[in-house]
Amino acid sequence: MIVAKRKPFEEIKEMLKGYKKVLNVGCGTCVAVCLAGGEKEVDVLNIELDMAGKLDENPIELGAMTIERQCDREYLEALDPLVDDYDAILSMACGAGIQFLAERYPHKPIFPAVDTTFIGVNQGVGWYEERCRSCGSCVLGLTGGICPVTMCAKGLYNGPCGGTNKGSCEIDKDQPCAWYLIYERLSRQGRLDNILKFSPATDWQNQIPRTLIQPGYKKSEEV
Amino acid sequence: MYLLRAIQKGADGVYVVGCLEGTCHYNEGNFRASERVKHVQMLLEEVGLEGDRVRMYNLSSGEGPTFAAYAKEMTEHIRKLGPNRLNK
Ligand code: SF4
Ligand code: SF4
Repeated sequence: MIVAKRKPFEEIKEMLKGYKKVLNVGCGTCVAVCLAGGEKEVDVLNIELDMAGKLDENPIELGAMTIERQCDREYLEALDPLVDDYDAILSMACGAGIQFLAERYPHKPIFPAVDTTFIGVNQGVGWYEERCRSCGSCVLGLTGGICPVTMCAKGLYNGPCGGTNKGSCEIDKDQPCAWYLIYERLSRQGRLDNILKFSPATDWQNQIPRTLIQPGYKKSEEV
Repeated sequence: MYLLRAIQKGADGVYVVGCLEGTCHYNEGNFRASERVKHVQMLLEEVGLEGDRVRMYNLSSGEGPTFAAYAKEMTEHIRKLGPNRLNK
């Protein structure tokens, strides 16, 4: 899932300065699961903003709405009848969701209430760890299921650098060397030959926004 | 969430009572509760209110007098803090 964290309250308050009526839109998928921007977090932030506004004698009127996914038009539609009642929109979705919202309502100022952080896994209640940097050419099949792009400080695709040090990475002795972990796992699986297979450097296609159409989903005029 | 809402609605203080640490029927329930209370204290400070308006106390089920003592302590404490500034 996509993991995000709530922005500091001061930053949010500063962005909303001067707006009297704000709609806070939560997202019910990734950011709800990682406890950053779901229905409950929308309520908590609204209570904070409400209290701060009253203390500053500058009250804001707040609306709350959490939709299933902000990265999906189908769900954004539910906001259409509400948006024009507000001066600004605060979004608690990931960066993708926030932009999709902004695109749908280009006449409204949109503000992010979270910092989108990484693609990761849930290690325990409220504890998340990064696992993938969406490089676009996954090598997990060769690396025993350990991502070298994410876990190696230099994101190396082909073997460790000269700084690998008895299982630790040169940046910190508490940081395991990704390639050491890969070596260990492949060797336990008897698949060490994979480590010699060369993976061409990715062309980091993410320098321009990527588009993906799954096979069988092209619109007829594109076929 | 309920704690925050209580303060938002004008409560001067709220305290949460959990069982003694380590004796929770759900193992971690009271540790989690105490983390949440700390979080709410931080949120209140962020907003500009006194975080100490919410507190957590722990006691076992047979401790009526301690419960009363905590209630008294909390009341004194809140009296010192004065009324919630949201109640104007
Ligand atoms: S908007 Fe972002 S957080 Fe929400 S479902 Fe889509 S990807 Fe996940
Ligand atoms: S190699 Fe790593 S960054 Fe690339 S897709 Fe696979 S898990 Fe993600």
